[in-house]
Amino acid sequence: MTPRIKHLSLFSIMMMLLIMVGLIQSWNVALTILNLCLISAIMTLGVNIQWGYAGLFNAGVMGFTALGGLAAILVSVPPVPEAWQAGGSRTILGLCFGGISIGIAVVTWLKTANWGKKRYWLTGAVVAAGYAVMRVTVDPGIAAIEAVEPAKTGFLGGFGLPILFSWLVGGAFAAGAAWVVGKIALGLRSDYLAIATLGISEIIIYFLKNEDWLTRGVKNVNGLARPVPYEIDLQSAVWVQTWAERLGIPVIEASSIVVKLSYAALFLSVLLVVFWLSETALKSPWGRMMRAIRDNEIAASAMGKDITWRHLQVFVLGSAVIGIAGAMLTTLDGQFTPASYQPLRFTFLIWVMVIVGGSGNNLGSVIGGFVIWFFWIEAEPIGLALMDLITAGMDTDSALRHHLMENAAHMRLMTMGLVLLLALRFAPQGLIPEGKR
Amino acid sequence: MTDFLNVLALLSNFAIVPGLAYGSQLALGALGVTLVYGVLRFSNFAHGETMSFGAMATILVTWALQARGISLGPLPTALLALPVGIAITIGLCLVTDRLVYRYYRQEKTQPVTYLIVSVGLMFLLGGLIRFIIGPNDQVFNDGTRFILKAGTFKAMTGLDQGLAIKTSQSITVVTAVIIVCVLFWFLNKTRAGKSMRAYSDNEDLALLSGINPERVVMVTWIITGALACIAGTLYGLDKSYKPFTFLQLLLPIFASAIVGGIGNPFGAIAGGFVIAFSELFVTFAYKKVLAYLLPSGFAPDGLVQLLSTDYKFAVSFMILVIVLLIKPTGLFSGRTL
Repeated sequence: MTPRIKHLSLFSIMMMLLIMVGLIQSWNVALTILNLCLISAIMTLGVNIQWGYAGLFNAGVMGFTALGGLAAILVSVPPVPEAWQAGGSRTILGLCFGGISIGIAVVTWLKTANWGKKRYWLTGAVVAAGYAVMRVTVDPGIAAIEAVEPAKTGFLGGFGLPILFSWLVGGAFAAGAAWVVGKIALGLRSDYLAIATLGISEIIIYFLKNEDWLTRGVKNVNGLARPVPYEIDLQSAVWVQTWAERLGIPVIEASSIVVKLSYAALFLSVLLVVFWLSETALKSPWGRMMRAIRDNEIAASAMGKDITWRHLQVFVLGSAVIGIAGAMLTTLDGQFTPASYQPLRFTFLIWVMVIVGGSGNNLGSVIGGFVIWFFWIEAEPIGLALMDLITAGMDTDSALRHHLMENAAHMRLMTMGLVLLLALRFAPQGLIPEGKR
Repeated sequence: MTDFLNVLALLSNFAIVPGLAYGSQLALGALGVTLVYGVLRFSNFAHGETMSFGAMATILVTWALQARGISLGPLPTALLALPVGIAITIGLCLVTDRLVYRYYRQEKTQPVTYLIVSVGLMFLLGGLIRFIIGPNDQVFNDGTRFILKAGTFKAMTGLDQGLAIKTSQSITVVTAVIIVCVLFWFLNKTRAGKSMRAYSDNEDLALLSGINPERVVMVTWIITGALACIAGTLYGLDKSYKPFTFLQLLLPIFASAIVGGIGNPFGAIAGGFVIAFSELFVTFAYKKVLAYLLPSGFAPDGLVQLLSTDYKFAVSFMILVIVLLIKPTGLFSGRTL
């Protein structure tokens, strides 16, 4: 079987699975799964850029995804003038102070390289003073902002721009965070990057949950503007009505199918662009250099390649792609809920996708994203049915049966862990191996 | 003078005593991470869940004991159940090593592959734990709650500020001291411990002098399992047992190990206390302290908190960042690759 036929058959099997869901469950469910498959595929491409091209382990995918979500609200939500009036300028000023003091601290640190122990104290003092000034300026501002109708707003809002812009902004946010993390942790032992990204992603989530003035925290931001039409408007449109009539489905269902299809078209175009860019990059001299660095760092640095800088480059690029996907996800959800960011769903599952799909191969990443997301969703009904079957022989009110049924949801976690371990052990190449070039 | 004593009591009650207990728990956790790193040469992401698994095993045994009406009087029953929990956790470590890690050891794979494998194991264990005990909070601390109550302390000293010491806190510190002494005795005085250190220092030389690597690895997992179970149980006794907290504990534990110098057991202990105390002192509200120390009328209105308590995990991250920037080998110069 040539690779081309294998790829084609893998993708057609995937499509058939989705069509089966459409026929058995409903087309709405099938399209929901498809949309999330597309987003997962983009995230997987981002992680693949880091892991497959350069061998960098990013344990903080969740954090970069959440930054994309933050971009979605900052770009699309209309500004809240009362909040800006109450404490906006004060808060921004304080944040500027914070930024300036970080700048001064960095300069102090760099300029005092041979001052011995004094260097630490001086930089520490600059940081402490800057922090104090920032807190004194910011705190009343934040309190004032959060006091503005806390039940409805209580935050600064965004810029009221079309939400599509946020996809780029989300990429930029994630890239910025990745640059900082990479600057600190790259060039040291490989484990440090994993630990640092794990840390930063947890902190990003804490930040989003607690900084109500920026994100409304756990009060969530609902009703984000959409890049596609609303169901209500579609239901009164003539073409949707005739179309629904011809297919023999209710208008309400038809309208939601149209909405999901438009999302799918948007996501698919982003996926194609990202895919094309990553493939081109991989085939270019830059891609060859990245793989050379991955396979033998010592030889590559002997050839004059700056490994740390190249790692930073690829880490920032990969994170930007993850950030874009994060913004797309929030766009699709139409709401921003910081509490929904779970490492399991956003870090670990993406890793399973990359490993199962085939690390180092972009096509593999895409199929990995599709397959794993599909089974992640469908594992729940399958798992419940399985548990039902296993416990069928037990008494209906047996405590063990009750316990097993109640905790069947956690089977997904175990199954995915098992899938990852088995894939790493028995098929480390994944569904579509990287192959020789 | 009374003001100063009051400040001391206040700080002890809210920062020093909890810090000692939390630091001991982190130190025990970080010791496990550091030992695995020293011998097997990878950062074990599954360590948090191993701790959780150990605590869960202990809780299940505790419940079985309580159901039979067995208790330790003033001490928590969990202490009686701990040896069984340790045995179960050691069994888990040995089984996972045999089924998962051994293959990669024989293949001599890169450390980063180990890392991913341990992440996979982390989620497998996490699912298993939630499947067995459920995702909810479990309180299994029985016996006397306090060995020193705030009211008693006030009556004893006549100060305004109370100082309370929980039984679980004192048990944590005492256990940690005993465990650390035993561990250092083992590493420095026994044959198995010496071969472990030799293997960690220089693998090839150790192999040449006839040390059996599989045996060293086995001993390491046994110690790691025991440490993880004790750390997890003590943490659960002190706070309460909730499966998801152990994923969050991973960051402070790694930070402790790295701050002290990963691969260095002494550093892990020091790192644990550094992290614990900075976490508590940075998120401590200094309002009352200042009210005592400043002349009356100057007392601040706000809480005077450097960082809100929600960010306590950010503290360990910041310390980690500072150490990575200034001295990546850690305070006590662990191994670097």
